[in-house]
Amino acid sequence: MSSGVPRSYTGWGRTTSSVGISVRARNEHDVAELIRTAPTRGIVSRGLGRSYGDAAQNGGGVVIEPFQPDAKPVLAGDVVTVSAGVSLATLLQTLVPRGLLPPVLPGTRHVTVAGAIAADVHGKNHHVDGSLGRWIERIVLIDGLGERHVMSPTHDTDAFWATVGGMGLTGVVTEATMRLLPIDTSYVRVRTRRVRDFDALLSTMRDGRPARYQVAWVDAFAKGRAIVEDGELARFWELPDGVPRPLDYRPRTRVVAPHVPVSPLRPSLVRAFNAAWWRRATDGERVVALSRFFHPLDGVGQWPRLYGRRGFLQYQIVVPDGAEHLLERFVTSLPAAGLPPFLVVLKRFGPGNDGLLSFPTPGWTIAADFPFGNPALSRALDELDELTASVGGRVYLAKDSRLRADALAQMYPELRRWQKVRAELDPLGRFQSDLDRRLSMR
Amino acid sequence: MTDDGERPLRRVVLLGGTSEIGLALVAALELPRGATVVLAGRSDERLATAAATLPDGLRVERVWFDAAASERHAELFDKLFVDDVDLVIAAFGVLPRQAEVEQEPTRAVDSLAVNLNGQVSALLHAANHMRAQGHGDLVVFSSIAAVRGRRANYVYGAAKAGLDAFASGLTDALHGSGVHVLLVRPGFVRGRMTEGMKTAPFATMPSKVAAATARALQERSSVVWAPASMRFVALAMRCVPRVIWRRLRF
Repeated sequence: MSSGVPRSYTGWGRTTSSVGISVRARNEHDVAELIRTAPTRGIVSRGLGRSYGDAAQNGGGVVIEPFQPDAKPVLAGDVVTVSAGVSLATLLQTLVPRGLLPPVLPGTRHVTVAGAIAADVHGKNHHVDGSLGRWIERIVLIDGLGERHVMSPTHDTDAFWATVGGMGLTGVVTEATMRLLPIDTSYVRVRTRRVRDFDALLSTMRDGRPARYQVAWVDAFAKGRAIVEDGELARFWELPDGVPRPLDYRPRTRVVAPHVPVSPLRPSLVRAFNAAWWRRATDGERVVALSRFFHPLDGVGQWPRLYGRRGFLQYQIVVPDGAEHLLERFVTSLPAAGLPPFLVVLKRFGPGNDGLLSFPTPGWTIAADFPFGNPALSRALDELDELTASVGGRVYLAKDSRLRADALAQMYPELRRWQKVRAELDPLGRFQSDLDRRLSMR
Repeated sequence: MTDDGERPLRRVVLLGGTSEIGLALVAALELPRGATVVLAGRSDERLATAAATLPDGLRVERVWFDAAASERHAELFDKLFVDDVDLVIAAFGVLPRQAEVEQEPTRAVDSLAVNLNGQVSALLHAANHMRAQGHGDLVVFSSIAAVRGRRANYVYGAAKAGLDAFASGLTDALHGSGVHVLLVRPGFVRGRMTEGMKTAPFATMPSKVAAATARALQERSSVVWAPASMRFVALAMRCVPRVIWRRLRF
């Protein structure tokens, strides 16, 4: 157990920094000890810092770095048990060559298992496979008194569903067991379609029969024309000739973005880039490697640096069917107000799970990146928050750094129940984070 | 380069809650709706009037604060920091008329109690609380008067020179703590404080100082001159030979 050093933390969007005391724990005994001796500003565990906002930082308090990140995953049939600090990248390296795939893959593989559980992450297959919580069989959690709990969807159910999606505020997860998907190959059969405008995009996604994996990349600079990608895990016989090892997995980070004082990502450049991207895309089918399909952004290391010193803001909401007018704002009124989102991703959500603070609910989810700099942005997003809440939608806490406390209860109707379970697991209020304080979640 | 981009300001404390520059700065910050602004000052009535001038959509609290009563600052700052404070603006100060303080030295001491002792006390309390929360910004107002003592306002200048030195040291002391200090050095500002005084060259307005300060906060600068040309005026002032300097009347 390290005694701790002050460290400045931000989320992946590189905003809202705060300084906390960084500590490491070698084992569960250390974790319990750190919890019992936490200062008044509390303690929170942090994974690989891919939450965009302030979920995994704790200004003036203690921050536990990833727990046993190098521990070997233990495989039993199609079920894996891992230490909480192990990343999905490591899991993929281990599992894919054995013909197994983590069933839910968020937009980056550089997240820890515990971080993925805390955010109850979703992937391009949510409409078919749900979010991660559905696949978790067992969680080991150290609570606010330093006691060890083993929970599952059938045992200690309340604690389980308060922890899945609970943003790390119910305790420190040290180990988890997850069911896996069997795969034949490490390739995905991708069908690409270009859609001319936003209305056509909505009807394509709503009415068509989506593949297991589906996502749309939307160009907010061009009235919402989009590229829809449908992916199916490729079967062995679908591979083109000359693929020597069908379960090969070698993801690459091709370049690492440099620090830039002023962002080169000007609207004009992004507009041109998007246009070129659209022209380059071809309708049709091809077979691509898993990592290229699931984690294209991981190909550029530290890419948020390109947004410059001031960082950027990612905004993700889910709204039910019938609230498409809200989605349209991202490609109509926001660009018209001088606030074009640089990157917009749209996808369908299937049914949610029992996670009390779990983000996904049925309907549409849209994620947009905005550069900082325009003061009108915060007002425009405040307004969107309100509209989203009023149609029964919600903001994704793992992406958030700006939501207001009063909006939270409206968006997450199970908040009260979650708070009750949290108070039982952590009666002394040890677990705290900047997100927690900002949204008065206790 | 540090990873310390944007932070939405949710709770802002304005010490000197009726200060023109301070209020203009709060307006220039374009705070998100629902953000809390705490106006701290001596007269609740005047704070209420000031509150009415703030942009809509903000939650305004008013608290009693007397810069000169430093023995009561500890209690006040404990109260201000019940929730995390993102920004403290120390905009209080008095500009004593030089002729009066020369006649009545106790008045000079009184002005120092506000402009120097009060600032040092308030800023240390705020800095300690912010260090404990691991983040925060402090805005300190120095002045062109701090650059070189002038016969027309050397008591005020002495306080600002002391404050300027204090703030520079504080900036470095807080390095790595997550707390940033922005030292603002305005030129002659036309406003209530300087009413009836002869306007000095390069005079500016509270709204302009506020805009420059808001920008500097966003850029995380540690010093900003307002207007920017003051930097060169200050340089020139340091170079003027004393025989000429003492004849200057502004």
